[in-house]
Amino acid sequence: MTSQVTPLAGYLLVAALLFSIGLAGALTRRNAILVLIGIELMLNAANLNLIAFWRYGPHPEALTGMMFAIFSIAVAAAEAAVGLGLVIQIYRHAKTTDLDQMNRMKG
Amino acid sequence: MQEQLYQFNLASIGTPPQALIVRWLWLIPAIPIVTSGVLALLKQPRQRLSAGLAIGSLSLSLLLSLIAFVHVLNYRAMMLGISQIDHYAFNTAAHETVNLSWIQVGSASVDLGWVLDPLSAVMLVMVSFVGLLIFIYSTGYMAHDENYTRFFCFLSLFAGAMLGVVISNSLLLLFMCWEIVGLTSYLLIGFWYQKPAAAAAAKKAFLTTRIGDLFFLLGIVWLFAQAGTLVLYKGGGGAIEPTALAGLLSQHAGLGLSAATAIGLLIFAGAVGKSGQFPLHVWLPDAMEGPTPVSALIHAATMVAAGVYLIARVYPLMQAGALAGGSTTALTVITWVGAFTAVFAALIAVAQDDIKRILAYSTVSQLGYMMAGLGLGGVAVGMFHLITHAFFKALLFLGAGSVIHGCHEEQDIRRMGGLRAVMPLTFATYAIGMLALCGFPLLFSGFWSKDGILEAAVKWHPSIAPFIMLVFGALLTAFYMTRQVAYVFLGKWRGDKPAHESPAVITVPLAILAFFAIALGAIGTPAWPWFRAFLDGRAVAFDMRGFAEPGLLTLMCLSTVVVFAGLGVGQELYGNKSPSPEAPDRLEQLAPHVWGWLRDRLYVDEFYAATVIAFYGWWARVSDWLDRRVWGGLVAGVTWAFGLWARLIRFLDTNVVDGSFDKGCEELNVGGGLLARLQSGRVQTYLRILALSVAALAVILIWSSRP
Repeated sequence: MTSQVTPLAGYLLVAALLFSIGLAGALTRRNAILVLIGIELMLNAANLNLIAFWRYGPHPEALTGMMFAIFSIAVAAAEAAVGLGLVIQIYRHAKTTDLDQMNRMKG
Repeated sequence: MQEQLYQFNLASIGTPPQALIVRWLWLIPAIPIVTSGVLALLKQPRQRLSAGLAIGSLSLSLLLSLIAFVHVLNYRAMMLGISQIDHYAFNTAAHETVNLSWIQVGSASVDLGWVLDPLSAVMLVMVSFVGLLIFIYSTGYMAHDENYTRFFCFLSLFAGAMLGVVISNSLLLLFMCWEIVGLTSYLLIGFWYQKPAAAAAAKKAFLTTRIGDLFFLLGIVWLFAQAGTLVLYKGGGGAIEPTALAGLLSQHAGLGLSAATAIGLLIFAGAVGKSGQFPLHVWLPDAMEGPTPVSALIHAATMVAAGVYLIARVYPLMQAGALAGGSTTALTVITWVGAFTAVFAALIAVAQDDIKRILAYSTVSQLGYMMAGLGLGGVAVGMFHLITHAFFKALLFLGAGSVIHGCHEEQDIRRMGGLRAVMPLTFATYAIGMLALCGFPLLFSGFWSKDGILEAAVKWHPSIAPFIMLVFGALLTAFYMTRQVAYVFLGKWRGDKPAHESPAVITVPLAILAFFAIALGAIGTPAWPWFRAFLDGRAVAFDMRGFAEPGLLTLMCLSTVVVFAGLGVGQELYGNKSPSPEAPDRLEQLAPHVWGWLRDRLYVDEFYAATVIAFYGWWARVSDWLDRRVWGGLVAGVTWAFGLWARLIRFLDTNVVDGSFDKGCEELNVGGGLLARLQSGRVQTYLRILALSVAALAVILIWSSRP
């Protein structure tokens, strides 16, 4: 079975790759900041999907996908700020950014 | 429920606007009662404030009473003009009433209300005036008592309740106030409750009057059942107005009595208890354990007169069924009880040595005179003696208080003597009171009021015996009062510490009361019988021919002779003799046995102790045995059975219920621990699970969307 790679499929592949890299980073790194970076990568992969689906979707003339992506980026920025703030506070408190040692919120 | 019926009895001559004082008459008792509530909240040391409040409130009541009295006078004058035309209208309109519906049960309603008529107006003024003087006197007499505020609280409550009794137009309201009056009497007799004698006297007074009150209550209930209302005057629909009375007369109560008579006798039993008439008089002499102002106010002037007032208030009921000039069974009973009490108590008073006890028996005797006066001659005769007696007996008691105060709380007349020189003011006023009580001719009020009773007695058809008894009582009265005065004021001082005169706050009320003890006679002389005319609703004019009535002058001469005989014998036996306290009394030397009986109060108390009280003692022991053995055993058995049951339940509880519950809890605990292990606190573990789940979800989605 032969398959032709359309531009959309190409974008989706890149996005999936990006997501996988982000996920791997988030799962394997112990440094909290690197985990945050991995999460940002996954978010941007999702944004890339949004843009791609808009651009090659049925109504590319309406700016819905773009708006969605911009919103998402804004939210991601806020989220990154909150996350970094938390990491800084935790660092000040525990003198470490190692996630394995931050396990006090357990049942 | 709040429906107000402003009743007007002027149906036949139109309805003039009701006077403000009638509508606001309830303020007269309400003010002292509210004051007593305020006083109850005050701290003990607030002497000036509490006395001021009590005196101020009673002054207000006195002012309102005077306004009411003047209103009745004017009303009377207006009505006398009308009555020339219509006598019936006059009789029905004599009572201005306000009735309120209190409780509505089905078709029956219980009404409360107040009445303003000559009877209540006279009593209002008397009670608030004598009360006010005694309040003022008390500020001096009780000055060193640590429970000063409490005393005025009780006095105010008493004054309010007594004024409530006076204005009640409903037997129910009257009964309520009557009971409050009984309560305050109890509280004040036992005011010095540290003294065992005072506490016992208070209990005795309360229980003895309760016997009378029980009969009174029965009478009230019966009257309500028969007449359907307890309101006395209600524009023709009241319980003692002709319509209801006719119904009561036609009912037979058994023993040949009509319901009216039976109810009248039951109500009289209440009056017997309150007014210390013969079988139930035993509490009154013991009541002298209370402070002297209390003896003067409650146990001489006002409360004990409430029984007499009650009979006067329901007089139409007592009189129901009498033919013109005739007597009824109820009135006959009242007469005999009164006359007997008058002689009986006077006899005992002869042989007493406590200054207040003599006065107490004298009060019982005089109350007998009032009752006899009501039975023999009607409302005006008895009420006139009530009013004059209130003044001179209050005077005598306050004088006795002054003597006791001056003699350092000594009450035994054998340890006094010669006080005439030391306490001139007290002696002068006491002598006036004593002469008024004896019925010294012409000058003193007691003569005219007692003469009215004797005059009625001599005209009484059924028997002449009450007349003879009352004349004998008058002789005894003059005698024992002379004995007392001779012991206290004449001769030489036989006490330990020298006596002293009392302060002005005590002597000024004495002087005022002494003035009235003389002056009140002027409104009841045969020449100008204003008081009788006022109560009976007739016009009156000054007419010396009043003395010319057949037999009247003879009677006056007779009573004069009797009084002088009593005074003379007393003076002969005791005057200026100053016997030593330990020496036997002059009469004791003459007739030791009789003296012994009289000194021991004719053994009435002993008789009760041997019969009624012994029976109750036995009955109490039986009840005690029943309580301990029978009921106690039953209760113990039930308790034991429940104990057994409880033990069984406890066994089930520990072994069955608790066991299963504990097991369940353990399971939950283990399960919770397992689940808690999932929450490790490691963020990346959570993320890993999330990622695996998403991957698994993706696999499932792809797998299931396969064509």
